[in-house]
Amino acid sequence: MNRAERRNFARAMLFVAPWVVGFLFLNLYPFLASVWYSLCDYSALSVPVFLGFQNYADLFRDPVFWKALSNTVLFALFAIPLGTALSIGLAVLLNQPVPGQGLFRTIFFLPSLVPAISLAILWQWMLNGPVGLVNMAVRPFLQAINAVAGTSLQAPDWLNDPNWALWGLVLTGLWGTGHAVVIYLAGLQEIPVELYEAAELDGTTPWQRFVHVTLPMLSPVIFFNVLMGIIGALQTFAVPYILTGGADGPGRSLLFLATYIYQHAFDYWNMGYASALALILFLVIVVLSFLAVKLGEKKVHYGGR
Amino acid sequence: MLLAGLLAALVGCAGGGDRDEKGKVVLEYWEKWTGHEKEAIARRVEAFNRSQDKIHVRMLTVSRIDQKMMLATAGGVPPDVVGLWAVNLPSYSENNALLPLDRLAAEFGISEGNYLPVIWKLCNYRGFLWSLPSTPSVVALHWNKDAFREAGLDPERPPRTLAELEEFNEKITRKNPDGSLERIGHMPQEPAWWMRDFPTWFGHPVWDGGNRMRMDDDACRKFFGWLESYPRRFDGPAMYKLRGAFGNFASPENPFFTGKVAMIMQGVWMDGFIKKFARPGFRYGVAPFPEPVEHPGAPLTVAETDILVIPAGAKHPRESMEFIAWLQRRENMEALCLEQKKISPLREVSADFLARHEHPYLRTFQELAASPRALPALTIPTFREFENDLSVYTNLVLLGRMEGEAARMEMSARQQKALDAKLNRWNRVAPVRTAEWRKEVGS
Repeated sequence: MNRAERRNFARAMLFVAPWVVGFLFLNLYPFLASVWYSLCDYSALSVPVFLGFQNYADLFRDPVFWKALSNTVLFALFAIPLGTALSIGLAVLLNQPVPGQGLFRTIFFLPSLVPAISLAILWQWMLNGPVGLVNMAVRPFLQAINAVAGTSLQAPDWLNDPNWALWGLVLTGLWGTGHAVVIYLAGLQEIPVELYEAAELDGTTPWQRFVHVTLPMLSPVIFFNVLMGIIGALQTFAVPYILTGGADGPGRSLLFLATYIYQHAFDYWNMGYASALALILFLVIVVLSFLAVKLGEKKVHYGGR
Repeated sequence: MLLAGLLAALVGCAGGGDRDEKGKVVLEYWEKWTGHEKEAIARRVEAFNRSQDKIHVRMLTVSRIDQKMMLATAGGVPPDVVGLWAVNLPSYSENNALLPLDRLAAEFGISEGNYLPVIWKLCNYRGFLWSLPSTPSVVALHWNKDAFREAGLDPERPPRTLAELEEFNEKITRKNPDGSLERIGHMPQEPAWWMRDFPTWFGHPVWDGGNRMRMDDDACRKFFGWLESYPRRFDGPAMYKLRGAFGNFASPENPFFTGKVAMIMQGVWMDGFIKKFARPGFRYGVAPFPEPVEHPGAPLTVAETDILVIPAGAKHPRESMEFIAWLQRRENMEALCLEQKKISPLREVSADFLARHEHPYLRTFQELAASPRALPALTIPTFREFENDLSVYTNLVLLGRMEGEAARMEMSARQQKALDAKLNRWNRVAPVRTAEWRKEVGS
């Protein structure tokens, strides 16, 4: 390396230094520290006491951990496919050349700008059993069904009923689909028109064009959104935390891994146990992301390949 | 830790120097109160600052104050004085987050004899004084006299036993034609704040103060049995449906003001909210919350208190104590309690305080607080875990989704385990910690 190259290298290092420093102190150090704390009994104010793998052993015997994990995975299993289907559907509709297209796109995007805290407070009222807007919309349908079928179906008490609370949360997740819709719209506009023209000449129906042209061509975008969705869903915290006032929800039905980590770290002063939980969550995300990537290798079609 | 460090840095930046332009020591005082309670303490702080040529107190209202104090203390830059709750003392003291106040309190002439016994107990833990009270509370039955009259009951006569409360409950409760509840006489989860203390009414608190949860004892069995009777009598989902339509506590839609719940357990502050939010002419009464068996003489209640603490590592402990001690003087404490519409924690109450206090049932509350059967609220090292579990299990029982006995047993096992874990942690450090505290207080 000559003098000019060394100078260039030093300059390059200077420019990447903020990122490197940020990574070292805000990512790597907390990560390594939490690995160490996960092996200790640690309250954040006391000196960590090494326990070996005791926290992990306790964790696997803790039924609340399993409940939080199952809630988290269940939420991801339903919220991601539902959100993906809805946002692709909306994107396809918003991609149609109709008058006021820009206005509709803005309207569907706007809700995703609402901060999570405001969203949670809004949905607290929307999902209220006796006076909520959701049930006001649902009740006439149920009354009609009851009148016809002689049943006695009642609108659910979303946030007080252990059987319904998680579904209420899935519903709140759909509020933010506008963000994904924008990405899908960009993806749709990248699909060459010739492909649709060729498919039309072959006598395909609109549905066949959607399945055999739109979806494969959109698959890299779907893959990106699903991957981000998995990571986001597994870290769900703010909305259920506000909806339940920091508690677990009825029958712990709104207790998620991220909330459980927070409770142990900052409410119960069990920073060591919280670190063990956080590392398990990290592993779950890594494994699911890896599986998604592996699946993506077979199902995602990149135009350049 | 990094989060704590960042917060510490922020606090450090925000705090500026620890002397003002006149050379007075500046104390950072974090308090949790908002609204009229904040205004009341702000006036006391102003009065203290006016009286001082050496100290200036700068008060800051902080939400989730217990967590933020923990982070600031972990980061090494705690404030000088913090307003917490007595229930915080076990976890904070065992984690060495507080300064024991025994020596400083003695130097400022503060002693047990100045306070109501139950309040003094709440300020102590493991043999050390950790805090001094700001404003205390005791709880009592509040009943809606109009609801009593409409149900054909004597509006001036509260229930005297728990059985009578339930008898009145049945009479007051009204249902709509579709079977939903229009009004209920009493429901234990409104408000749910006292759920942790209800077992006391059935015989004893849920913790023995040492290493054993008493959830397998008779009182807790009876408590869960009592809860279980509610969904049988009033239909669990119907109760929650009624509850779903309740408005905020501090609003005209508070279910006690709207008549949706006729009997509630509440503290002395309730009168202030009634005057502010209830309709004009709202009539209510206050009496000791009934026990299973009538107990003539000393009434039973549970006391809690807001407290002032000095965090470990605070820069100006002596000056902080000077401020706290100033607030403990009868005239200052009574001014604060008057403005916050609460009782006084002091053993001696002036005639002026009683005469000027707006609460029509102040004497009932003062008598309850002074009662030999006034017990301290549950102050346990696993307080937050206990509260969270209690909320989950009692809600399941009240919804009719879990049998009381099954809920009690499951919760008992979980809570004993959580307590054991906390005590293990404590036992590891107890000898060192206790020696440090003894050295600090000079005993």
